[in-house]
Amino acid sequence: MTDIAIVAYQQSDCVSDAGATNEVELIMPVLQRTFAQAGLTNAQDVDFVCSGSCDYQQGAAFAFVLGVDALGAVPPIKESHVEMDAAWALYESILKIRMGHAESALVYGFGKSSPGELPIVLSQQLDPYYLAPLWVDTISLAAMQARMMLDQGLITERDMAEVVARSRRNAKSNPHAQVNGDVSADDVLAEETYVSPLRRSDCCPVSDGACAIVIATVEKAKEWGKPYAVIKGMDHRIESHNMGMRDITDSQSTRLAAAAVGVNDGRVDVAELYAPFSHQELILSKALGLGEETSINPSGGVLAGNLLMASGLARVGEVFNRIVAGEAERGIAHATSGPCLQHNMITVVEKA
Amino acid sequence: MSQPEVLNQEFTLGYTYTRSTGPVVGRFLTALKNRSIVGIKASDGRVIVPPMEYDPDTAEELSEFVEVGQEGEIVSFAWVKEPREAHPMDKPFAWAMVKLDGADVPMIHCVAADREDSLATGARVKAVWAEETVGFITDIRCFELV
Repeated sequence: MTDIAIVAYQQSDCVSDAGATNEVELIMPVLQRTFAQAGLTNAQDVDFVCSGSCDYQQGAAFAFVLGVDALGAVPPIKESHVEMDAAWALYESILKIRMGHAESALVYGFGKSSPGELPIVLSQQLDPYYLAPLWVDTISLAAMQARMMLDQGLITERDMAEVVARSRRNAKSNPHAQVNGDVSADDVLAEETYVSPLRRSDCCPVSDGACAIVIATVEKAKEWGKPYAVIKGMDHRIESHNMGMRDITDSQSTRLAAAAVGVNDGRVDVAELYAPFSHQELILSKALGLGEETSINPSGGVLAGNLLMASGLARVGEVFNRIVAGEAERGIAHATSGPCLQHNMITVVEKA
Repeated sequence: MSQPEVLNQEFTLGYTYTRSTGPVVGRFLTALKNRSIVGIKASDGRVIVPPMEYDPDTAEELSEFVEVGQEGEIVSFAWVKEPREAHPMDKPFAWAMVKLDGADVPMIHCVAADREDSLATGARVKAVWAEETVGFITDIRCFELV
């Protein structure tokens, strides 16, 4: 199987409210920096472009078409879109390259979540007859998942608070983070509950922003002469939309995807996990079999800023950054979609 | 210069079409209208409430309906201190996974309670019906402690 090289990654700051800045204005500076890093001029210099976003965030049909305006798609380009996190746009782009239809691709994700009431907007991704009409929000669903884990003695509230404290501390070295600082687990535990048993700190913030990646065949990357890391494998699995039918204290789909890409076939130096709630990081670490040797979410993860529809791609980008900086040799990036970790994707990235 | 007339037109955003809910979801919703709750047997014999059309493990089409009880136990819950505008209640309440008597799979709905500490995992609850039932999930207005 052909390895795919990642040659560039850039992201915007995670901001709680981008104000009047529109999606094109969020994307353009990120794309310009991404092209500059890869040594490219514009979207004409890659064979394929794929983006990830969600109309529900913008509250407008076919809103992703606006994002294409940020590319300058004249003369016409080969372009596609996933109504998902851009990690799945990366997956599509890799398939395109592996099929021999492209040698390089630009992948970007963007979202402006601030204008709506995000947990309620996301409730509309649920079963349309049984759950969506109740407007059960995503935070409450995660809270039920956390309580189930606490009741079964799988985790403690302190375990959750420690995830928050580490995330905030790690985020201090991430210039794009929205939330960071020295907060102890005791500080978190002293906070009152929000949607009990969750505290506000257990939940990721709502963020606006964008990120982008350029990938290519290894031959092409060598031709470009830029530092690169390689994607050794990528797999994603989904579980039932009926949360009662799955064990939400575990992540079977993450286990399956991890086994398929051989996560534990080598040392995992770094893992960037898309865990919008603190207890979900604990579920994922366990499902992935991560141990002491792995640095988990050195960027602070999405608890430090969640660029919905770009956060999964950003996890891949964060692992790439650490590998090209020489801080890690092998890492994994995780992306998720759906309530309570319904759909999970694992990418293995290694030093070239 | 006179002020121009401001043109306006009322507009309600909504689905202007009707959908058929099919033999499984439709059966469940029709049962709700008649103030009863039905589930369906999965391939392994577990009773799923609300019923699903296909077994998520085997992809087998499911068709054996089972009427279940209107009481059950809380499997897990989330306490909402500050209800959101879209939420079904305007005072603090809980979302819960409720396993009804005769069911093997919990369903998600809301639970009315005065205080968080009056609820617990394992607590018994019963369905409270809306005054008028129309064949919609909200025909069960909420659950409350038995």
